[in-house]
Amino acid sequence: MKTASVPDVLQSLRQKAGERFSTLGWPTTRLEQWKYTNLAPVAKVQWRPAGGGGTVPAGITATMAGRAAAELIFVNGRLVESSGDAGVIVRNLASDPGGAVEEHLGRYADAEGQALVALNTSQFVDGALIEVPANKVVDGFIHLLFIGEGDGVWSHPRNLIVAGRNSEVTIAETYVGTGAYFTNALTEIAAADGAVVDHYRFGNESRDAFHVGALYVNQRRSSSVTSRIVTLGGALVRNEVVGVLAGEGASMVLDGLFVGKGTQHIDNQTTVDHASPHCDSQELYKGVLDEQSRGVFDGKVLVRPDAVKTVSRQENHNLILSESAIIDSKPALEIHNDDVKCNHGSTIGQIAEEPLFYLRSRGLGEDEARNLLVYAFAGEIVDRMKLQPVQEEIRRVLFEQMPARLPERREGRR
Amino acid sequence: MNETIQEIAKQEYKYGFVTNIDADALPPGLNEAIVRAISLKKGEPEWLLDWRLKAFRHWMTMKEPTWANVHYPPIDYQGIIYYSAPKQKKKLNSLDEVDPELRQTFEKLGISLEEQKRLTGVAVDAVFDSVSVATTFRAELAKLGIIFCSFSDAVRDHPDLVRKYLGSVVPYTDNFFATLNSAVFSDGSFCYIPKGVRCPMELSTYFRINSAGTGQFERTLIVADEGATVSYLEGCTAPMRDENQLHAAVVELVALPGASIKYSTVQNWYPGDKEGKGGIFNFVTKRGKASENAKISWTQVETGSAITWKYPSCILAGDNSVGEFYSVALTNNYQQADTGTKMIHIGKNTRSTIVSKGISAGRGQNTYRGEVKIMKSAEGARNYSQCDSLLLGDKCGAHTFPYIEVRNSTATMEHEASTSKIGEDQLFYCQQRGISAEDAVSMIVNGFCREVFRELPMEFAVEAQKLLGVSLEGSVG
Repeated sequence: MKTASVPDVLQSLRQKAGERFSTLGWPTTRLEQWKYTNLAPVAKVQWRPAGGGGTVPAGITATMAGRAAAELIFVNGRLVESSGDAGVIVRNLASDPGGAVEEHLGRYADAEGQALVALNTSQFVDGALIEVPANKVVDGFIHLLFIGEGDGVWSHPRNLIVAGRNSEVTIAETYVGTGAYFTNALTEIAAADGAVVDHYRFGNESRDAFHVGALYVNQRRSSSVTSRIVTLGGALVRNEVVGVLAGEGASMVLDGLFVGKGTQHIDNQTTVDHASPHCDSQELYKGVLDEQSRGVFDGKVLVRPDAVKTVSRQENHNLILSESAIIDSKPALEIHNDDVKCNHGSTIGQIAEEPLFYLRSRGLGEDEARNLLVYAFAGEIVDRMKLQPVQEEIRRVLFEQMPARLPERREGRR
Repeated sequence: MNETIQEIAKQEYKYGFVTNIDADALPPGLNEAIVRAISLKKGEPEWLLDWRLKAFRHWMTMKEPTWANVHYPPIDYQGIIYYSAPKQKKKLNSLDEVDPELRQTFEKLGISLEEQKRLTGVAVDAVFDSVSVATTFRAELAKLGIIFCSFSDAVRDHPDLVRKYLGSVVPYTDNFFATLNSAVFSDGSFCYIPKGVRCPMELSTYFRINSAGTGQFERTLIVADEGATVSYLEGCTAPMRDENQLHAAVVELVALPGASIKYSTVQNWYPGDKEGKGGIFNFVTKRGKASENAKISWTQVETGSAITWKYPSCILAGDNSVGEFYSVALTNNYQQADTGTKMIHIGKNTRSTIVSKGISAGRGQNTYRGEVKIMKSAEGARNYSQCDSLLLGDKCGAHTFPYIEVRNSTATMEHEASTSKIGEDQLFYCQQRGISAEDAVSMIVNGFCREVFRELPMEFAVEAQKLLGVSLEGSVG
């Protein structure tokens, strides 16, 4: 993996992480955090890195060239195209690390305890570095497109987002591809005092692909970070979000939507660490599971002894559409202080008979009515998005996934 | 408000005293000889000894679990006295023959046998250390065919029933502490309600741990035959000790088709002093198995013990069976509690309700850990869970770890939890209306626990409030 251009600062980081991964090994279901997700099918494959010199495959519709202020396109973990200018640093992290990388890279992700973080750290080739200087408000959004291609190939995109004091930036990551590849992506966000970061991750991987995507966020005083993760594709997907509210008055929003079909397995892990007083976190994850798919939600809110005046709300709602779908939900609260308001809620259910009857009595077919209700359930997360191009893209794919005859798609006929 | 809480939290444990009774004890330590000696002392049949030995051999291969959110120094299993019985002069026929000192102990606890007998009509099977010394109302119950006696009597008089149901819900291989209990259990209660009988009174036992260094390994087995109904109460207090004491009990409930079992517990064992020294380790396995249309209801008020680690569970095996779990767990000073329930839905249209209230004060750590599992066969299963935590003080902790596993799409389940402290506005509202801060705190805490208290039988609800008062409040309104 190591090339001559990679400077020393990364060298030692990689080496340490490599050793750590060989000590830890692939996670097994014996670990509490991996209780519901078996990585054995990933671990048994002899993965190989992709060769250099890839190009953007034809027929990729997910690029936002023209709509995003800046866009980086990666194929199998290698940067192949970069366009636009957002007025801030948006470039390959590996080519020329510089001060921000030295200061922040690997500081928030837990390469000591998490095997896949160690793996990513030791193996990454390219990744995006986004550096927003203090007081800079980035117009539009920055798009990072990760394309997986081919069988037996793994990639480990590594991104670092550094938002300076009172800066504002919106970033969207999209994952698409064809073949049975493995993406082990990791993004670190460092939000300085008062920074506002909107982060979107849309996972629409190939139905044969494995995807592990981690997001580590560190928030300083009065900063605000929003993470929205939508998972529609992939054979086995694991999303991890770890947010540390390290400065007073920081606020975090975590939204998630996962729609499983076929034999998909989608695992969502979130941890919000309230390490400072007066912080606020809001979390809403929704799951729709059809056919033989399996969904997992494991959310943890940790309130440390000194984090007084914490307000935290965590919700997980799941809709099961078929006999064989499986859902495991584990919303956990760990609170070490009395001056807090923390709630969590979790529900699992089916489509209710009454609204179905209501729609059918107004002339909708059973499939249409069902789809409308499923869409309404899932749509809540999409509607909350502020970034229109991403919202449209997600809606488009969501519609494609719905069985035919959605009312909206019949061109106004009723 | 803080001062009030400080004051309340400072209250001494009222029930700490040691009764000096000669105990007939085995030497400390655990090996096959001890297991055989316990069995011999109790004059047990061959099959039970074999069962104990099987459990003991299995226990030797097991490791102590560490996953619970509790911390304690390692337990020296070879330093525990596994059997101790108060010496008795002769067989007792009436309460008058009970050792006067022993009876005084009960009176100090406010649970005198006579009073119970006379006023409340409760049959009491008092377990003092490990052997039952008095059983009342047995004759009256016998008229209805109800068997309610100590475990050793049951082994002697009803071996078929015991053999049939012992270990049927909690097998001897179940977990580290249940296996230990299976090997060395000393005594406990046995209860059998015949077909279609509704038990006319609340059955109850009182547990006390007396001799220093004696682990108490109770074994309770309750069998409700088809269509039978029973309500069972278990209450506990223990005297002050510096040394940590281990209590690893097993409770098995068998509810046959259409039967209904209600099991209520008030646990107020010595929680250790203000520095967290001493106190009981309460590691209990409680589980019930419900057949078709049967109902199992657990209600618990946990205010004592240095460490409480228990999960009263329901296996809802039969169609239309119902499981309930109502709990109030209070931790003060350095107490730790990791408690909750497991609801395993197997049968069709099974329903379960979980209401858990945790109160943490001082440096107490309170964890709710619950599992709701809806198996593929459980068509139309329904679960409702609610876990609320109340925090009093900035050094305590409240944690919630629910596990929800659904394998059937027709299942409906809801889980809700909240954590908060007593609001300044609530206190202000009360004080504004002339209620003192202390009264307001107890009023709010009582209101917080109301949903659980109303599930307790009348006699117990009063005691539960009293215990909560001892552990936390100055006066309960």
